[in-house]
Amino acid sequence: MKPLLQLFLLLLVLGAQAGRAELVIEITEGVEGALPIAVVPFRWSGDPASPPPQKVGRIVAADLHRSGYFKPLPESQMLAFPATTAEVDFRDWRALKQENLVIGEIAPNGPGGYKVNFKLFDVYKGEQLMGYSFATTARDLRSVAHHIADLVFETLTGKPGAFATRIAYIVSEGTIEKPRISLRIADSDGHNSQVIVSSSEPLMSPAWSPDGRKLAYVSFENGRPSIWIQEVFTGKREKVTSFKGINGAPAWSPDGRFLAMCLSKDGDPDIYVMDLARRKLRRLVRHWAIDTEPAWSPDGRYIVFTSDRGGSPQIYRIPVTGGKAQRLTFENGYNARASYSPDGKLLTFITRVGRQFRIAVMDLARGSTTVLTDGSLDESPSFAPNGSMIIYATRYRGKGVLAAVSTDGRVKQRLATQSGDVRDPAWSPFYQ
Amino acid sequence: MKRISRILFPLLLLTLLLGGCATTKVPSGEEGAGGGAGGAGGMGSAETSAATAGGSWSGSPLEDPNSPLYQKVIYFDFDSSEIKPEFLPVLRAHADYLIRTPSAHVMIEGHCDERGSREYNIALGWRRANAVKEFLEAEGVSPLQLETISYGEERPAVPGHNEEAWAKNRRAVLDYQ
Repeated sequence: MKPLLQLFLLLLVLGAQAGRAELVIEITEGVEGALPIAVVPFRWSGDPASPPPQKVGRIVAADLHRSGYFKPLPESQMLAFPATTAEVDFRDWRALKQENLVIGEIAPNGPGGYKVNFKLFDVYKGEQLMGYSFATTARDLRSVAHHIADLVFETLTGKPGAFATRIAYIVSEGTIEKPRISLRIADSDGHNSQVIVSSSEPLMSPAWSPDGRKLAYVSFENGRPSIWIQEVFTGKREKVTSFKGINGAPAWSPDGRFLAMCLSKDGDPDIYVMDLARRKLRRLVRHWAIDTEPAWSPDGRYIVFTSDRGGSPQIYRIPVTGGKAQRLTFENGYNARASYSPDGKLLTFITRVGRQFRIAVMDLARGSTTVLTDGSLDESPSFAPNGSMIIYATRYRGKGVLAAVSTDGRVKQRLATQSGDVRDPAWSPFYQ
Repeated sequence: MKRISRILFPLLLLTLLLGGCATTKVPSGEEGAGGGAGGAGGMGSAETSAATAGGSWSGSPLEDPNSPLYQKVIYFDFDSSEIKPEFLPVLRAHADYLIRTPSAHVMIEGHCDERGSREYNIALGWRRANAVKEFLEAEGVSPLQLETISYGEERPAVPGHNEEAWAKNRRAVLDYQ
C-alpha cells in the first residue's frame, strides 16, 4: 500500500510540474462581429467509466474562439446536445442565433484506440457542409481536435487553419545570477509543452526547418555561441557552426537545403549561407557594418536582413545570388528582425515608435507600414504558417510573455506560462 | 577566484604595508614586461610581482578598491559602441597592467540592454567588446591576451525594465581568467 501511495504522490507532483509549464491563452481583443458557432460536446459512446482523456469538442471551440473569427456558444446555453444528424433540430440553433453547428462522436476503436467523427452544418440552410472521421489514439486526440478546428476554419473562412501547428520558444527561470534557460515546443494552443534542450547558459533564436521536423538554434552551452540543429521528434542533434565570435540568427531556406546565419569569423558580423549537405559556407553580405538576422523570401530568391550601415538598424534586401542590398525601411530610427509572410507579400519586423519597440508589418507592394502592437518591449515577430497571425514576445505584469496579433491588428491574444520569462517564439510551418 | 581574492586581499595589503610599499597605484610602466615575467619585480612593483608569483596572489591588484583596475565594467549609450571619455583612464590602467603582466588573460564581454532585437544586440555587444579590445591593442596590449564574447541582452547585470536598469546593462566587462 505504501509504495503505491508514494507512486501516486509522485504522479501528483509530476502532474503539477507538467501543468505549470503549460501556456495559458487569453483573448485580449477579438473581432467585432465574430461568427456565432455552436460546438456541441462530442458524445462518448464507449464505457462511461473510462471516457477519452481529452474533451475534443471543447478544444475545437477554444481553437475557433482564439482565432478571433468565431464566437462559440457557451455549453450552458445549449438547448440540446445532438451527436448524430438525426438528433439535430435546426430550430433549436436558429433560436439561439447560431449560424453554424459542429457535432461529433467518439467511439472506442480497439485497445487504446478511438474513432472520432464530426459534422459541420449550416444552421439556416439546414444542411451539412462537411463531415470527417478519424482513427486515433489517446496521445493524438488533441491533435485530432486541432485538425477538426482547421477543417471548420477553412470551410467557413476560406483560409487554411493553423491550429494543428506548434510554437517553439525560450523560457528563462531561476535568478539573474543562476538562470535556467530552456528551449521548448508546444501546440499552437500552448498545451503539450515539452523541453527540447535546457542549459544554464543562453539559448536563442529557434528556427523551424520547412518540414517542421528540425529546429536550428543558438546555444552558449560550451561557454561560446554555437548553432545547433536538432531533430524535434528524436532529440538527435548536431553542432553546425562553432566559429570564433558570433554564431547566430539561423534561418532555413524554403527548400531546407541551406541555412543562412550571422558569423563574425572574418571580421564583422556578416550574413553567410551554408549548404547543409556539403557544409560549405558562402559569405553573402560583406560590409563593415553589423549585418545580421537573415530571413528568406518564400520563393527563395531574396534574403532580408538587419544592417546599421546607414547609421541605425534598418531592413535591407539582397538577392540570394548576391548583388546590391536594397534598403526597405526608412521610417523610425530602429527597424530590425524582419521576416516574410508565407505568401511573400508582407514583412513583419520590430520598429521603434518614440521610445517604444513594437511589431510592424510592411506591405511590400505598396511600401506602407502599419504598427500592430502597443507594448513597449515587443520583439521577435513570427508569422503563423497560414499568415493570419503573428506571434511575438512582449512584457505583461513584469514578465516576458508571448502574444499574437492578427496581421490586420484586429485580434490580439496573450499566451503566458505561470513561471519564468517566455520569449523568442517561432511558429512552426504546416506539417506535411 | 573572486571569493579567494576577497579573503586574500587584506593579507596582501598587510604584506604591502609591512614591505613598506603602501601605495597600491600602478607605477606607470617603468617595470616593463620583464618584472612581470620574471615574477620578481622589485620594490616599486610589489603588486605586480604578487600578481604573477603563482596561484595564491593572482589578480590581487585587480581586487584593490583603490586601484583603477578594480573597475572592470564600462558603460555605453543606447545602440552605441563608442567608449566614453570617462572610461579611458580605467581602460588605460588595464592596458598597463596587461602589458606588465603578459600571463594575464582577459575575456571581454559585450552586453546590451533588453531593448531592440536579440540578435542585433548580439552584434552590438560584439561591437562593444571589440571596441574595448581594439582600444587595449592600440595601447600596446598583445592580442593574444585578449578574447571577446558577446552575450547581447541574454545576460543582464540587473533586472528591471527602466532606464536605470538599462544603463547598467549596456556594458563591457573585463573578465580576467
